[in-house]
Amino acid sequence: MELAVERIHHRALYPVHAFLLAATVPLFLGTLLADTAYWSTFQVQWKNFSSWLNVGGLLFGGLTLLFALVGLRHSSLRRGRYLAYVLLVLAMWVLGFFNALVHAKDAWGVMPEGLVLSVIVALLACAACWLGFSSLRTGGTP
Amino acid sequence: MKAANALTVLALSTLLVACSTDPEPLQYGAEPALPKPQRELLPAMNIADPVGWGEERPVVPTGYSITPIATDLKVPRHTLLLPNGDILVAEGKGGGAPKLRPKDFIAGYLKSKGTTSVESGDRLTLLRDADGDGTYEGRTVYAENLNAPYGLALVGNRLYVANQDALVRFDYQSGQTRASSPPVEVTKLPSQINHHWTKALTASPDGRFLYVGIGSNSNITERGMIAEHDRAVVWQVDAETGAHKTFASGLRNPTALTFQPGTDQLWAVVNERDELGPNLVPDYLTSVREGAFYGWPYSYWGQNIDTRVRPQAPQKVASAVKPDYALGSHVAPLGLAFSEPAMGPLFADGVFVGEHGSWNREEPSGYKVAFVPFRGGRPAGAPIDFVTGFMGADGKTRGRPVGVTVDPRGALIIADDLSNTIWRVTPR
Repeated sequence: MELAVERIHHRALYPVHAFLLAATVPLFLGTLLADTAYWSTFQVQWKNFSSWLNVGGLLFGGLTLLFALVGLRHSSLRRGRYLAYVLLVLAMWVLGFFNALVHAKDAWGVMPEGLVLSVIVALLACAACWLGFSSLRTGGTP
Repeated sequence: MKAANALTVLALSTLLVACSTDPEPLQYGAEPALPKPQRELLPAMNIADPVGWGEERPVVPTGYSITPIATDLKVPRHTLLLPNGDILVAEGKGGGAPKLRPKDFIAGYLKSKGTTSVESGDRLTLLRDADGDGTYEGRTVYAENLNAPYGLALVGNRLYVANQDALVRFDYQSGQTRASSPPVEVTKLPSQINHHWTKALTASPDGRFLYVGIGSNSNITERGMIAEHDRAVVWQVDAETGAHKTFASGLRNPTALTFQPGTDQLWAVVNERDELGPNLVPDYLTSVREGAFYGWPYSYWGQNIDTRVRPQAPQKVASAVKPDYALGSHVAPLGLAFSEPAMGPLFADGVFVGEHGSWNREEPSGYKVAFVPFRGGRPAGAPIDFVTGFMGADGKTRGRPVGVTVDPRGALIIADDLSNTIWRVTPR
């Protein structure tokens, strides 16, 4: 009698990858909060903060994207889910980059597009983090 | 990351340059065409690509000739003609406002490519043509260790110099080639941050007052409203006491001031705001009315509101007056001088304007000395090119005009802060 053994490769994120991914959340969330503060106070220093936080998010997000793309090589039964994760990181980075260009507009010229983009990018970062950590861990239920 | 960003910006800018053009609007005079503001994801940029003059020369009208009377200066900005015919040159580079945003690093780097790499002279150089043959064989350092001197004015035997942080005074004696003593401070000038650091200067005809042009501390308030205290104004300074009052406000960057000969009317050229598109906002020439508000930052050319400013100020906007004469968007006027009959019949009545040239435009504007004809004491008609060729047909930039000074014996003196040259244009 033969026993069917199903080998499932559940890979947790490589620790460096996990660290980089996790860093995008406070950075892009910080961008959003600083933009919100500028929106409500007109104090331009908040916009300086948000511009730099966004650059930080792009730095960590860009490296996350590299790790995520490299991870595509590994076959997994959860490949579809992983692909969704990569696409989320990609979308987060591309929109974050556009947000950097929008934030280069002087003073209130950043509004309202900058705030809208910051909301979307922060949500994408949260979603990428959720998907990246929850569905890919060993033995967990998504 | 920074380098990568800069590269991307460069690549995208090149794409933008390749696929669009800036139509040349009729943008001079009292009622310039003002298109809708536009700002793509990246501002249009075309930075001057400097190259030496070699055998090339600036182009002057038929019947005129141009010669360099001094070269290898250290960033010459404005010149002053002394009563004995000597020429004083203010040399320096100020500013150094801190970089606050990611953009400042990239834009600052790109823009620095279009300027001289020579270090700030922080001095005054005196040029002398003792035998009157048009060759300025004498050259001495009149004063040094100044702080980015820009505006110059002479009242009797008092020589006033506007450093980037203070208005100072020398005792001048005719024939001097070197200041006899260190300068005396007349008054401090606003110098915090000093985004627009140049301090333009002129004296009232009676010599009682000095007028100092103080530029804004930002393009459009992006360094915060507090940084704009005592900025974008013209100060009236009592020459005796150093006491000052704000003479006019809302002038974003008044880079040259002068009095109309035979009148008590102050005139200025002003650099207007950027990043609203290639054809906004026109830089201008205007008579400066006491107490008037010229719009910056809340509005431009009268009541056209700039939505980038928060909080807005509808009452200020309502009070904003229109300037007299648009010179064109982004031409960057930095020099202003009323002409004299000796400059030839076509250029006898009007003003010369030194236009440093644009960065915020795909098709460059400025990079020349223009002549705005006057009739009945007011600007009338289209500006006429007087000296061109600073940006060649090959797209290379050989010079960038700043201060202009008229020698009543029939010569225009032009300071060029890219090739570090003083040019002299004379009717033949």
